[in-house]
Order: sequence, then structure tokens, then C-alpha cells
Amino acid sequence: MKERIPDGLRELLAQAAGAGQVPWRNLLKPGDWLLLVCSAALVTASYPLLWRGGVADRAIVKRDGQLVTELALNAPRKYEVTGAIGTTVIEVQPGRARVLSDPGPRQYCVQQGWLTRANAVAICAPNHVTLQLSGRSGQNGGYDTLNY
Amino acid sequence: MTPSTIELPVTVDDYRIARYAAAAIALSVAEAALPSPLPGIKPGLANIIVLVVLARYGWRDAAWVSLLRVVAGSLVIGQFLAPGFFLALAGALCSLAVLALAQHLPLRFFGPVSASVLAAFAHIGGQLVLARVWLVPHDGVWYLLPLFATAALLFGTINGLVAARLLDLPVAPKAAT
Repeated sequence: MKERIPDGLRELLAQAAGAGQVPWRNLLKPGDWLLLVCSAALVTASYPLLWRGGVADRAIVKRDGQLVTELALNAPRKYEVTGAIGTTVIEVQPGRARVLSDPGPRQYCVQQGWLTRANAVAICAPNHVTLQLSGRSGQNGGYDTLNY
Repeated sequence: MTPSTIELPVTVDDYRIARYAAAAIALSVAEAALPSPLPGIKPGLANIIVLVVLARYGWRDAAWVSLLRVVAGSLVIGQFLAPGFFLALAGALCSLAVLALAQHLPLRFFGPVSASVLAAFAHIGGQLVLARVWLVPHDGVWYLLPLFATAALLFGTINGLVAARLLDLPVAPKAAT
């Protein structure tokens, strides 16, 4: 096979493979290494900064805007709040929370399902009860919800 | 054949810039055929040419090649004045601005790889800012930043190494003598 390759092409291939040239790492100067290491560190740091900020760790239950309780999202439990027209049941599981049942006529907050991101909120307006998740860092507090 | 009545004086500089711009356009058209995992993540091979021109002939020529590449490349692909064209233009302008500063880095310590990585970061920076301001007016755009930054670091390094290797070779048979 090898004999069939024309000399010109073989020379070109050898050149492409780097024969008779300085190795790749010699093309990098000290400042280049420094810049690469710094950039790699910054890029790595940007992942947790931008992606983990939204993890929720507490559920905040309010009635008429007044804080009723704060539930930690690390163990499964249920919590009942008595509101204006009945009892709203909040269910908490590790990392998420939802309104399990509500006396409201349209059931919007129940149908919203599990809340997982920080600052997500389910509002049971007829019963004057809200369930909100809160995150570790306050940096991403600017969002109400995020839609895609 | 109709004889041309308008003669535009063409300088040696024009020929040189046109030759490099043609190479850059060819690379960006070839690259458009590559599948991409996420819109906007591309190797940016044409930037190799821009880096080589920057090192050999200075920032002015590099700017010409880069902007000609954006305009003519988008004409060839058929996306001139489409959103992708403006994103490419914003990226090219930002990276040219950064290259204008980066060319003053001491040559003893910084090679084409530094210029390439910095330009790549500026490229995604410009694109993301334009996308945030104009195309997707929502802060959710920033969630893509880590992915774009990773791609910029990776492709910036590779492009820089290729440019360094090309600059390491003898310029041309004519000039080498």
C-alpha cells in the first residue's frame, strides 16, 4: 500500500504529521500556558456559578403574605396550612415541593406540580396561601420563573 | 468581450488581503457544512487566517480579512443580513477589538495561542451580548455561557496552535529567499 503513495503526497503527509518540525508544545510560550490555565479555571468556575445557583433548599409557606413556616427540602414530609376557605396541604420531598391539595375551585397551584428551582412559586389565591422555594445563594434572586 | 471602462487601481496590499480573505471565506464555508451540537458552537477555522495575517501584516490587514470573511462568507452561505450574520459580525468586531489590545502583549511570553483564546472569548462575548440585547431579550441566555466559554477555550487553543504552526513555517518560496 505504502509504495502506491506518490512522493509528493507522502512528503505532504509527513509534513502534516509534523515531521522535521518543532513539537506542538514548543509553540506555546510561558504566557500562553498562564493564560490557558487561568481561562480553564474561569470556565470551570462559571459552571457552578451559573448552573447551581438555582438549586432550592427551603420551601417558604405564606398565608396572606405572612410567613407561616419554612420547610427544609431534605426529608419527605407533609404540612397543612389553614387558609381563608380551607386547608392547603404542602408536600415536601428531597429537593422539591408541591401543593398536594387545595380547596380552591380551579386547582391551579395543585396542577403546577413539583417545584424544583429556587424562586419558583405556586400561588393558591382563593385560599390566600403561597408556596415558594428559596435557594442557597441570593445571587439569582432576580427571577420569578424561567421558561424555555 | 466588452472592454472595461472603469479601472480601479489595485495595490499589492489589495491582492494580499484578497488572497487571505479568500482562504478565510473558504474555511468558513467548509465549516458551515459541519454539524454543530448547539447553534453558535463552531470551530471558527477562518480565525486561523486572521491570526496569521495579524502576526504577519498587522491589525489593519487582519481587520480587513476578518470583516470581508464575515460579509462575503455570509453571502456565499446565503445568510447575509440574517440574524446569524449580525451575530458573526458582533463576534468579529469584538474579537478584532481584543486583538488590537492583544497584539501589544510582549512577544517573548505570549504567542498566537494567547491571541486566539482571547479573541475566541471576545467572539462569544460579543455574540452573547447581541443575542441578549436583540434576539433573546431574557437573562436565560447566560445559562449558555459556560458551554460557549468551554468551546471558545477548546477551539481557541486549537486554532492558535495551528496558526502558530503556520507562522513557524517559511512564509513562501519567494519570500523565504
